[in-house]
Amino acid sequence: MQVILNTMSAVFRLAELRKGQRAVVERVEGERSTACRLLELGLVAGTELRLTHVAPFGDPLRVELRGYGLLLRRKEAHSIWVKAHPAGEER
Amino acid sequence: MTGLSASPAPASGGASSQLPKVLLFGNPNVGKSSLFNLLSGGRAKISNYPGSTVQQNHAALALPSGKVELVDLPGTYSLRAHSIDESVAIRALYAWEGQPPAALLLVLDATTLRRGLYLATQLAESGLPLVVALNMMDEAESKGIAIDLEGLSRLLGVPVVPTVAKSGKGRVEVLKALEQNLAERKPVDRAEPLRFRAETEALLAPMEQALRGGDFDRGASARRLLAQWFLLSAGRDEGLGMPPALMQQLAPCLPAGSDLAAYENDLIESRYREVDRIVDACVRSRSLPQRRAAKLDALLTHPLLGVLIFIVTMLLMFEALFSWSEPLVSGIESLVEALQAGLVQWMPAGPLRDLLSEGVVAGVGNVLVFVPQIALLFLLLGFLDDSGYLARAAFLADRVMSSVGLHGKAFVALLSGFGCAVPAVLATRSLESRRDRLLTMLVLPLMSCSARLPVYILIISTVFPRQQRLFGLVSEGSLMMMGLYAFSILSTLGAAALLGRTLFRGPAPTFLLEMPPLRLPQFTHLLRQAGRRVLGFVREAGTIILALTIVIWALLAFPKSEAVERDFAARRQRLESQGATSEAQQALAREEASAQLAHSFGGRLGKALEPLVAPLGFDWRITLGVVGSFTAREVFVSTLGIVFGSETEDDEGASLRERLREAKRPNGEALMTPLVGVSLMVFFVLACQCMSTLAVVRRESGSWKWPLFMFAYMSVFAYGAALLVYQLGRWAGWA
Repeated sequence: MQVILNTMSAVFRLAELRKGQRAVVERVEGERSTACRLLELGLVAGTELRLTHVAPFGDPLRVELRGYGLLLRRKEAHSIWVKAHPAGEER
Repeated sequence: MTGLSASPAPASGGASSQLPKVLLFGNPNVGKSSLFNLLSGGRAKISNYPGSTVQQNHAALALPSGKVELVDLPGTYSLRAHSIDESVAIRALYAWEGQPPAALLLVLDATTLRRGLYLATQLAESGLPLVVALNMMDEAESKGIAIDLEGLSRLLGVPVVPTVAKSGKGRVEVLKALEQNLAERKPVDRAEPLRFRAETEALLAPMEQALRGGDFDRGASARRLLAQWFLLSAGRDEGLGMPPALMQQLAPCLPAGSDLAAYENDLIESRYREVDRIVDACVRSRSLPQRRAAKLDALLTHPLLGVLIFIVTMLLMFEALFSWSEPLVSGIESLVEALQAGLVQWMPAGPLRDLLSEGVVAGVGNVLVFVPQIALLFLLLGFLDDSGYLARAAFLADRVMSSVGLHGKAFVALLSGFGCAVPAVLATRSLESRRDRLLTMLVLPLMSCSARLPVYILIISTVFPRQQRLFGLVSEGSLMMMGLYAFSILSTLGAAALLGRTLFRGPAPTFLLEMPPLRLPQFTHLLRQAGRRVLGFVREAGTIILALTIVIWALLAFPKSEAVERDFAARRQRLESQGATSEAQQALAREEASAQLAHSFGGRLGKALEPLVAPLGFDWRITLGVVGSFTAREVFVSTLGIVFGSETEDDEGASLRERLREAKRPNGEALMTPLVGVSLMVFFVLACQCMSTLAVVRRESGSWKWPLFMFAYMSVFAYGAALLVYQLGRWAGWA
């Protein structure tokens, strides 16, 4: 799949977000049990999120969605596809 | 296990289990325990959930219509289990074996409704009366969130009561709503159940049909919910709550070879669409400027400053655990010694006196001596957890921990292991998944605990005299000490990596952790929780520790040799007739103790084991010390004291050191060469010579399997490493 960063229609991985960047969940892939867990935690299509923190050495990440903060590792963030948020970045 | 008699487990049918049950549900971090404490007035009892090692708080509530039992369930995000804890919550809801619950109480965090309502809509379809306590209303207000309570109640079809559990708001209203629900026995009245896509409905319909009239039928909407659970769990959730009979009943309804992913997505996404619809209709948010908490949070998670604060926090916690508790610990120790001395003074000499002073009193002391540390640990850990800092610490430490397959939160437990493995094992309770807990628990006794320190000090000061310094800076001894600690850390991480790749093979549970907002914990809640947990430790692990202390005392005390007794009695008479000094008499008494010890089961065990441990450089006397150290590692020093007939108690082992240096092997060689010392210390780093640790692992893991495994693998490591050290050293000509 061709990935073009930061155009409205482009789809990319959550792990590729920059700190502070906002995005909208497109779909969750990968091992089903984990994918279900991510969905149940609210990462369903259309959910807005924002990458708020990156831990030292780049892992894990903290994402804000549905009014709460979720910690996840890059491995899981790699299987979550998102598209750029219309409102773009926000500090 | 004994000790649970005060709070009968619900399954066994005590008085409290006959009461109608009200189950307390909620996501983690929504103030569930605060609400539980508020409703119960803090009079909770702890017991295990039937058939599991997960602990539960439960308390009797007096409602106008009669008593009910409020059961605090583990936090869960959905009605699909991902861990043992979550499966406990689901099993309690369906209660296949027993009486179904009379009503449900769900705690929601008013600031995270877009996530929390997921569980709410599921529970609303369970067919059981439900009350929603909308907690943290004060936080919602300060965040600029306004909620239409009536609208929410109407859309969910259940009563919604606003609460601020921390400050006690909403208690009466929640109890009133519960009372009304219980009185009317009114099942939830949702306008219509959630509908899914046609393909999904087509898959659910035959399942709902298959459940009708069967063992698992609890009404139409519950059948529907069960079918959804099965669809989300099919083929992978074995052992996490779903009864095999139910799986067998529903399995034929699944078309063979169908890809379930699309259905799963639909089930979850449709429910979240419903959640968003409800929130859009009832919740108005306006964004308010950043609060102070957000700025503090930015500091705590800062890549540089955050890590610094983290290190300082951990050091402080460590310092608190092992220095602040010191006066209490030594107080308990002197009390035990005074009691023992009193017994020796007031009771006639004999086996009964020895049993009381060296078995019972010493055993009770062995339990109580942990209490200050454990109480402090539970308080500090509770504070870190409730304030939200633990999640931030896990965020910072996870990268390092994950490299050996451990969870970020395991860091705190491992660090506590430097002090004592017993509270450290208890600290693993903050880990949600059983795999993470077991793995952490099994490796953390490799962290060099403070009880190993007296052993290291004795051996190092015996074989590495202090004068020798390297580069004129550090002594050989302190370098050795540092080496031992480094070796212990590497062993712990190595063992975690090894066990994680072998015994706990398979996909590591994913690290998905909510990072709750920073909050000020409630002090009374922390105190109560710590109190309950300390009592649980004393009752359950304490009884095992006491029993083992007596067993090991007996091993070292019996059988007595009459020949030795007669021999020494004669010598004592001779000394007395010669008018010998009391010093000479004491020396004789020590010599007798040493001779009796050699004759005991333990002494014979030491001799029997000698051929086995000779390749490690140990003789039977050292081995006897190792056997004795099983009660607690520092006992090694006092056992060696008896073996070598020295006065250890008065002059802090100085003369023991001398005697160890002078000790010879039968062939005349010195016993304690530096090489033997290193081999012995390596053995102590790795060996699991601590029955208290084994007892607490037994309690926390729920079976003897895991402590036995731990003992076995650590013994093998210890033996192998000491063997390698001694034999390599000999080969290299270092003695």
